[in-house]
Amino acid sequence: MSLLSWMAWTPPVAIFFVCIGLLLMAMTVWELRSPTVARKGLLPLVTTRGDRLFIGLLAAAYVNLAWTGLTDLAQWWGAGLSAVALVAIMRYG
Amino acid sequence: MSATKPVNQRAWWFVLPVLVSVAFSALVPLMTIVNYSVQDILGPDQAVFVGMEWYKEILRDPDLHGALYRQLIFTAAVLAIEIPLGITLALAIPERGWRASLTLVLLAMPLLIPWNVVGTIWQIFARGDIGLLGYVLTQLGVDYNYSQHPTDAWVTVLVMDVWHWTPLVALLSYAALRAIPEPFYQAARIDGASRWAVFRYIELPKMRGVLTIALLLRLMDSFMIYTEPFVLTGGGPGTATTFLSQYLTQKAVGQFDLGPAAAFSLVYFLIILLLCFVLYNFMKDPQ
Repeated sequence: MSLLSWMAWTPPVAIFFVCIGLLLMAMTVWELRSPTVARKGLLPLVTTRGDRLFIGLLAAAYVNLAWTGLTDLAQWWGAGLSAVALVAIMRYG
Repeated sequence: MSATKPVNQRAWWFVLPVLVSVAFSALVPLMTIVNYSVQDILGPDQAVFVGMEWYKEILRDPDLHGALYRQLIFTAAVLAIEIPLGITLALAIPERGWRASLTLVLLAMPLLIPWNVVGTIWQIFARGDIGLLGYVLTQLGVDYNYSQHPTDAWVTVLVMDVWHWTPLVALLSYAALRAIPEPFYQAARIDGASRWAVFRYIELPKMRGVLTIALLLRLMDSFMIYTEPFVLTGGGPGTATTFLSQYLTQKAVGQFDLGPAAAFSLVYFLIILLLCFVLYNFMKDPQ
């Protein structure tokens, strides 16, 4: 662990990156088992599953930042809202 | 003999060096920045987890709002001037011969000058006492002083960036124009198309790919501008030319606030990512 101590790891950030890694691995397995078909949903552009994940993660980051910058409520609500946004974009985007 | 082509996965090994270099140049620093952004770094081995505290602080910082506002105006102005000007220059460059070579060499010269030298050149060039530009403007009766007047500082930084980077757009556009096959122009001549129609319906669509690259490069570069305004104006007068990079440097190096600087770096990254994504998709399909 001393090799990585300069990166100043904390458990929450480690969990965050593990989740992102698992998400990418799951998407890879999903793609191999059932290749994506580009489609147009509610978003104003034709997207693949990977595109929607990227847009969803970007939207989730912005929702979290907006929550942090505009409200004093607990961050968990912002995280929950961003998760809803991610799922909605993946499903309907 | 098998009818299906065997799948060879060995090609992935050729991608490995790129993956390793991207991991070390981008992913590891990004992970470190995320770590720093949620901690209060008190010393080499002393850090306290603070959650979203730094994000809350920088997102509500009026200095950041000011820097972001100036940055957006600067980037919009840079794109609005450099892209049309670069295309116009490319259309005016001779197609072949020694004149074309000479024009291309002259045009490429600003691109070869290091950024801090560009700042120094313009710092001297625009001075009222020893600089040609400042002297001429003063002699013409213009009350010009980029170190005291915010508008003068703004215009000087903008003109400096246009001088430095329009050649890039021009060279890229010129390369795209030269790649258009002659039969397109022949067909246009047969149809009696005007010069504007040739540009609008042949040259501009054929340049779209290259212009997308030029737009994205100029968007990212102008959004990260640091050295030239730092050397020319130092972000002043006041904070008139303090853009996002300078704000970040003040936080990270000037005040050594690593936590807020890391949090802001991520916000900065997300802004550029969103702008590039929107612009790229718009250029890919304007409909």
